[in-house]
Amino acid sequence: MSAGDADGGVADADADGGDGPVETVEHVSGTGVPIRGNDIDTDQIIPARFMKVVTFDGLGQFAFFDQRFDDDDEPKDHPMNEERFQEASVMAVNANFGCGSSREHAPQALQRWGIDALVGESFAEIFAGNCLALGIPTVTTDAEAVADLQEFIENNPDTAIDVDVAAETVRYGDREIDVAVDDAQRTALVDGEWDTTALMRSNAGVVDETAQALPYVDD
Amino acid sequence: MSDRTLYDKVWDRHAVTELPTGQTQLFVGLHLIHEVTSPQAFGMLRERDLEVAYPEHTHATVDHIVPTADQSRPYGDDAAEEMMSELEENVREAGIDFSDPTTGDQGIVHVVGPEQGLTQPGMTVVCGDSHTATHGAFGALAFGIGTSQIRDVLATGSIAMEKQQVRKIEITGELGAGVEAKDVILAIIRKLGTDGGVGYVYEYAGDAIESLGMEGRMSICNMSIEGGARAGYVNPDATTYDWLSETDAFADDPEKFERLKPYWESIRSESDAEYDDVVTIDGGALEPMVTWGTTPGQGIGISEPIPAPEDLPESERDTARRAQEHMRVEPGDRMDGYEVDVAFLGSCTNARLTDLRRAARIVTGREVHPDVRAMVVPGSQRVQATAEEEGLQDVFTEAGFEWRNAGCSMCLGMNEDQLEGDEACASSSNRNFVGRQGSKDGRTVLMNPRMVAAAALKGTVTDVCEIEEREVPTA
Repeated sequence: MSAGDADGGVADADADGGDGPVETVEHVSGTGVPIRGNDIDTDQIIPARFMKVVTFDGLGQFAFFDQRFDDDDEPKDHPMNEERFQEASVMAVNANFGCGSSREHAPQALQRWGIDALVGESFAEIFAGNCLALGIPTVTTDAEAVADLQEFIENNPDTAIDVDVAAETVRYGDREIDVAVDDAQRTALVDGEWDTTALMRSNAGVVDETAQALPYVDD
Repeated sequence: MSDRTLYDKVWDRHAVTELPTGQTQLFVGLHLIHEVTSPQAFGMLRERDLEVAYPEHTHATVDHIVPTADQSRPYGDDAAEEMMSELEENVREAGIDFSDPTTGDQGIVHVVGPEQGLTQPGMTVVCGDSHTATHGAFGALAFGIGTSQIRDVLATGSIAMEKQQVRKIEITGELGAGVEAKDVILAIIRKLGTDGGVGYVYEYAGDAIESLGMEGRMSICNMSIEGGARAGYVNPDATTYDWLSETDAFADDPEKFERLKPYWESIRSESDAEYDDVVTIDGGALEPMVTWGTTPGQGIGISEPIPAPEDLPESERDTARRAQEHMRVEPGDRMDGYEVDVAFLGSCTNARLTDLRRAARIVTGREVHPDVRAMVVPGSQRVQATAEEEGLQDVFTEAGFEWRNAGCSMCLGMNEDQLEGDEACASSSNRNFVGRQGSKDGRTVLMNPRMVAAAALKGTVTDVCEIEEREVPTA
C-alpha cells in the first residue's frame, strides 16, 4: 500500500502466469482526515469532467475537486486542503458514502491522494466493491462513533488511526471501538484474495460448463 | 433468505463456484462496455497479458462523451477523441461487436442493449455504469460494476458477488393522470431512502408495474441504484415477450424465440416465493413527482409543500438544509412555479421512443418559453430515426427545442452539453447531485418527460395535468 502501513507483503505474485500481485491487508495505520456529510456521491468525489481519461493515473489531484477549489482553482476551506491532513491515509466519513455513479475513478482518486482505508457509517455497495478491488477496506460503525472519531482526528491530526480489518476494530489514542467489516471483504483482504481476476481465472473450465448449461448460450 | 424468486433461480443457474472469500463466482451472459469505464480495464488486461475470454458475450457502444451536435471526427474535444479511439482499438483487437455512430445503432448503452434484443430474461448483465439496473426490466439480473470488475469480466467471463436479499415492492392500483413510471420510482426512493436498498435487490411487482410497457419498466429499474439497490427487476411476461419478438435477436428467428421462452417462463418468481421484505405502495394515490433537493430521494408530489428540515428524520436534516440552500427553495413553498432556464429531455432513464412520443403530445402546436433553452436528446440512433420518421422531430423543433444526436448528453455533462453557472434545469435524467449536469452551481429538478415538456413551455415547474394533450400530427 502506498501511504498506509498495511502489512503482509506480496505473496505468490504471478501464481498462474500473468495475474497480478496479491497483498494481504490485515490492518491500515495512518493519520486521519474527516469528511463530513451524508450521501456524498461519486460525482462529488470525482466530478465527471475529470473522467475524460483512459488511465487512472493522476486522478489524485482531482479528488473532491469542486469542494476543494473555487472557479479560479483557488483552494477553498476543506480538510483535504489543510496542511495538517496532507499525510492522512484513513478517511472518516458519514452515511451512504460513495452513492451514485459506479465510477471506480472515485476510489482510485482517493487512493492516489493517499487514502488506504475508510471508516464510516455506511457505504454504497458499488463504491465499497470498487474499494475492495483496490485493497481499500471500508469499515462501518454507528453515527456516534464516527462523529467521535472525526472530532478526535480534528483535535489530533498527527495521531495514527489503526484500522484492524482482521480484528474488526479501530484504535485511536487510548480508544478502541468495534467496527463491522463485510465477511467477504474481510476474508479477501486478510487472506490476500481481493484480486478476483486471479482467483476466478483458475475456474475457467467450470465457467465454460456453467455457460454451456444455459439455454441462451449458443454452442 | 429469499426463496424461489427470479433472483434465486437466475443466480443459481449462473453460479460457477463459491470463492474462498465466500462470494459466488457468477457467469456473465452479457457484458456491455462503453468508453468511460472500460479503457482502464483493457489496460489492466494488457499489463497481465490476458485476452478477452468471451468477446461474443460482449457488446460495445459509445455514449457519455459522444458529441450530440457535430460528430465529425476527430471530435473537437481531444480527450473525447482519445477515449473514442481507445475504445475503437480495444474492440477491434478483441473482436467485440461495436454499435458505433456509423452503424445507425449507437446510443446510450441501456437503450441499445434492450432495443437490439441483447438483453433477455434470465440473463446476467453487467456494465461499468450504475444504471445497468435498467436491464432488470426484462427479468435479467443486471448490475453496475467498477472498472476492476470489468477487468474480471473481460478476463474470465464472470464476476465475484455476494448474494443479496430481495425486497418485493408492490405498486398497486392504477396510475393517475400525468403519473408515469418515473414518478413511481421517485416515490419509492422517497419512501425507502437513497440508501434503503443497500443489501437488497428490488423486485418490482403489482398491477401498476404489470400494466407498464417495457420502457416504463426500464425507467423504474434504471433508478434502482438511486435507491441504493444495485439491481432491480420485473418478472418477464407477455409485455416482455412482445418487445423481444420484435428485436434483432428474434425478429428473424422465431424458432429461437420459441426455444428460449420456456426458460424465460421458468425463471419467474413463484407465487409462493419468499421475500426478505415486502413494501406496498398505492400507485393510484401518486401524483407527478419533482425533486426539491440534491438527491433523488428529496422528491415531493407536485402539489405538496417542500418539507422543513426539522420535520425530517435527524440524519437527513443537514443534507436537506444544504440542498435547500443550493436549490434556493424554502420550506412550505411548492415546486410548482419554480423557474427553469433549461429543459433536458434525454438520458438512459427517459430518452426512449414512448418518452418522446408522450412529451410530444404536450409540446405539439405550442412554443418553448423564450427564457428556456430546451433540448431533446434521443437515447439511441434508432430512437432518433423512428422519432424523425414519425414527425416528432418537427413537433419539437417547431416548438423551439433543439433536436440532437443520441448520447448521454446533459445527464452528467461529460460532453459539451452542460449547465452554465447557476442555471436551473427541468430534467428527465436520474441524478440531481450538485455539479452533476456540468456546473457545480447548476440546479437540477428531476421529473418525468411530460413534466419536462410542460416546464419547457411554461418556463417554470408545472403540473402537466394543467396542459391539455394534443394528437401529434403524423409525418
